[in-house]
Amino acid sequence: MAKELIRLVDCRKEFDGEVVLDSINLTIMDKEFLTLLGPSGCGKTTTLRIIGGFLKTDSGKVLFDGVKINDVPPHKRKINTVFQKYALFTHLNVFENIAFGLRIQRPRLSEEKITRRVHEVLELVALKGYEKRTVSQLSGGQQQRVAIARAVINKPQVLLLDEPLGALDLKLRKDMQRELKQIQKQVGITFIYVTHDQEEALTMSDTVVVMNKGEIQQIGTPLDIYNEPKNAFVADFIGESNIIDGVMVSDNVVRMYGRNFPCLDKGFAPNEPVDVVVRPEDIDIVPVSKGEMIGTVTEVTFKGMQYDIIVDFQGFKWLIQTTDHSPVGAKIGVKIDPDGFHIMKKSEYSGLYGDYSSYSAEYDELSADPEGVGQEDE
Amino acid sequence: MSRNTQSVRSEKGIGDSWRTVKEFFEHFRKQSFAYPYVIWMGLFVVIPIILIGVYAFTSAEGTFTFGNFSGMIDYAPVFGRSLWLAFLATVMCLLIGYPVALAISRMSPKTQRIMLMLIMLPMWINFLLRTYAWMSILENTGLINRFFASVGVFDWINGLHAADLHYTPITHFQLINTSGAVVLGMVYNYLPFMILPIQSVIVKIDPFVIEAAEDLGANSRTVFRKIIFPLSLSGVISGITMVFVPAVSTFVISKLLSNGTVMLLGDLIEMQFTGAAYNPHLGSAISLIMMVIVIICMSVMSRFGEGEEQAVVM
Repeated sequence: MAKELIRLVDCRKEFDGEVVLDSINLTIMDKEFLTLLGPSGCGKTTTLRIIGGFLKTDSGKVLFDGVKINDVPPHKRKINTVFQKYALFTHLNVFENIAFGLRIQRPRLSEEKITRRVHEVLELVALKGYEKRTVSQLSGGQQQRVAIARAVINKPQVLLLDEPLGALDLKLRKDMQRELKQIQKQVGITFIYVTHDQEEALTMSDTVVVMNKGEIQQIGTPLDIYNEPKNAFVADFIGESNIIDGVMVSDNVVRMYGRNFPCLDKGFAPNEPVDVVVRPEDIDIVPVSKGEMIGTVTEVTFKGMQYDIIVDFQGFKWLIQTTDHSPVGAKIGVKIDPDGFHIMKKSEYSGLYGDYSSYSAEYDELSADPEGVGQEDE
Repeated sequence: MSRNTQSVRSEKGIGDSWRTVKEFFEHFRKQSFAYPYVIWMGLFVVIPIILIGVYAFTSAEGTFTFGNFSGMIDYAPVFGRSLWLAFLATVMCLLIGYPVALAISRMSPKTQRIMLMLIMLPMWINFLLRTYAWMSILENTGLINRFFASVGVFDWINGLHAADLHYTPITHFQLINTSGAVVLGMVYNYLPFMILPIQSVIVKIDPFVIEAAEDLGANSRTVFRKIIFPLSLSGVISGITMVFVPAVSTFVISKLLSNGTVMLLGDLIEMQFTGAAYNPHLGSAISLIMMVIVIICMSVMSRFGEGEEQAVVM
């Protein structure tokens, strides 16, 4: 895990004068599960294709094991890819699809060796007995497994996965997430995974790279990214966040709504304007008399495990997740523990996210998104 | 309450029967769009085929006979020649057409449209006119021979044989009235029918499938051999069918470019109906046999492309 495997140095890419990647610097360790996470058009797929060798950077270096590989074509890299829509060979059956990488090796491998190896990976992806099936006879999940088997047969050092679960339904996605993680552990190679689904990224990855507008916003473990988002974009993209303008009065004291709150953050200049992040699950609802802040419930949505309620605090709408039901129109008090606050420096994203005034509209957008996903590309 | 239920029930009953009547008309209306074509097919395809069958198995006196078929053995060379020249033309169309189709499918969509346009452009000009044009190119006093004469090719060849007393000086190459000219005419006329279906299949190949093959270690030659060519087979089969079938039955091309010296099945059949050798019974029998040959060829070909979606032209 400790060994460095791939390093991108100042990689930059433009398409028709439009900057898609702006000086990307990224170090990928051996055997780690790294996820490139971001919205459509953030440059994650472009980064993946540069690592795979399908695209060339305009400037910058791509190092593999310390060796520059900018000009090495895809078929000479020890990197294989699982494509977004699987890209299986429809004229070949399952066995031949998987055996493809072995069959084209020179000197030729013996038939016996090929068969043995194909059976090994078929077992790995739990598809034993499907050798003779044609691709069109398989379900989406099975095609996905064939694509993975085909990609790992040459024992690459790195597997690139471009939104591999995008076409599967929710239940199957969850199963495949677990399975992919397991496969990665079994074969013991580096996985570089591209997704727009933050939950998927948090569940599977060792390292998450959050990207937006062709730039890396934050690199860290899922826990870091969730608990210590670097800016309003990351805070909003990963999970739900209320993001409020505040002032860091002094170490451990943040001021918002004209009131000082104790917090755990320090190291800011006195009276520095900051973005204050409060996660919806870190807010306790208390009787009005005991509340640090008092607001009015404007919307309640039952989500199964909890209620999502929208609360108006002096015109700024907060999202609070609670198991207690409060009716619309009720006045409620809230209390936030010091560890519930997360303070971020002001960034270009300040003021763009974290207000839930248009909460329901945002939900519509989210549910409409899966259609638009995958349209990312160049 | 009960009256209410009843009325609802009877309403539903009426509704049901109304729906069936509506469906019936709907059904009829949808199907009726096909009737003109069905009638057309019946009148001009099915009935003629039946007539051909009847003629083929009857003699001039109207009695049943196999004589028309047994008499056909005299024309075996014509069958052989037709099949051979059509085969040659098909192979040449494939050899020329496939690389062209492949090259076009790699161009930008805009250039592709222009190229396809250029390939189809000659088809806007009358088939006969185009073939006449070839006549004037290939003739003994045609463009090619005049060009060779003007640069002194014939003088040079004649000069080589100056010492030979039995040598007759040449004034032209024999281009027209040869099998070569007929094959050339076929290739020229039917080439678009080879290019278009192949191109339409190749452009549909998912570029990610090609990337996947490259990713697994295939160089461009292997990608072509193992991915692009197998995936384009359905187009190749359509192309072969669309070239071979008209080539084996053509009579205009052979008539114009060989002036009757290269007799093909088409010419033979035509002669039985319009020529001096008027014998529609023999002509029908030959047509029937040719149909059988074509059907056999097509079914053999389609066996290769089994499971593949049939390529559609344009």
